[in-house]
Amino acid sequence: MKEVPNLKYIKELAGDDKAFEQKFIDIVKLEFPEEKQEYINCYTGNKYLSTAEIVHKLKHKFNILGMHEGYRLAVTYEEELKLENTNLHTSFLRVLETIEAYIKDLKA
Amino acid sequence: MNCIIIDDEAAARAIVAQLCSTISNLEVIEEFPSAIEAIKFLNQQTVDVIFLDIHMPMFTGFDFIQTLKNPPKIVLITSDKNFAIEAYEYEAIVDYLVKPITKERFEKAIKKVENAVTQKSLSPNSVKKPDVGNELYINIDRRLIKLKFNEILLIEAQGDYITVKTEKKDYKVHNTLKKIKEKLPGNLFIQIHRSYIINFTKIIDIEDNSVLIEKNVIPISRSNRPELMRRLNLL
Repeated sequence: MKEVPNLKYIKELAGDDKAFEQKFIDIVKLEFPEEKQEYINCYTGNKYLSTAEIVHKLKHKFNILGMHEGYRLAVTYEEELKLENTNLHTSFLRVLETIEAYIKDLKA
Repeated sequence: MNCIIIDDEAAARAIVAQLCSTISNLEVIEEFPSAIEAIKFLNQQTVDVIFLDIHMPMFTGFDFIQTLKNPPKIVLITSDKNFAIEAYEYEAIVDYLVKPITKERFEKAIKKVENAVTQKSLSPNSVKKPDVGNELYINIDRRLIKLKFNEILLIEAQGDYITVKTEKKDYKVHNTLKKIKEKLPGNLFIQIHRSYIINFTKIIDIEDNSVLIEKNVIPISRSNRPELMRRLNLL
């Protein structure tokens, strides 16, 4: 079954603090598309180490959004990128697209 | 206690700030997306705790720690468990949190910080050099030549010799960089590479990984860069 993102972790941290929840969503909506674009730019430019850097950054968001399988994939991909191996690109991009679709209409 | 948060991800900073807000005696006074900005801030203000991401572009968390002369308590925050061993080599680091951080784990880290704060504060890691006057005598062909410290631009190691470059002349001496370093005042001179000691006051500019002194472009090694950055009076 395909893994779907969720706000479980953020809701646990927020408790009754709806303002924090909204703040986090606003940040992710702003930060994630930029990071996804940065990933694509680095990947298409064959900048392996820079791609590994941005994968490292993105994997934290996977974890926060409950994408644990996606996180494990990113951990492996980051290491493989350092060896100039991009075999996991398609799978990684699929995770990015899943998150992108999820956050598009996300509200607290 | 007051604290600052250093992390290049805004989402990560927001999470740590939220965790801090649940601790009654802890106030976040500033957040920084880069270590360089935090260094400027810490040149003017002291803090009790730093929540520090390790993995940041250009200047890592460990680079940052090395720039701090009297580091406050530091809690490292990372997505990687691989840095744990290196982390505990630093006396200032009191805990190591792996993202995503739970509230329970964060509270445990705060307890560790509180315990550490009540203990004796860290002693400065710098050792004052003995007073060496304003000059240095070097032996050239059985003549002792006096060089004023403020005339020396840099010293370069070349095998068994060192070249002391001054504004007027270069002097090649059979000696080591390590030996001459002991004779130089630490407030004027700094080693920025295994082969170079420079007169800090003679820097014209710093670009990427090199320093310009007169017409000499001197490389800065990765390990010496944090100390150089710490010494700069950054605006």
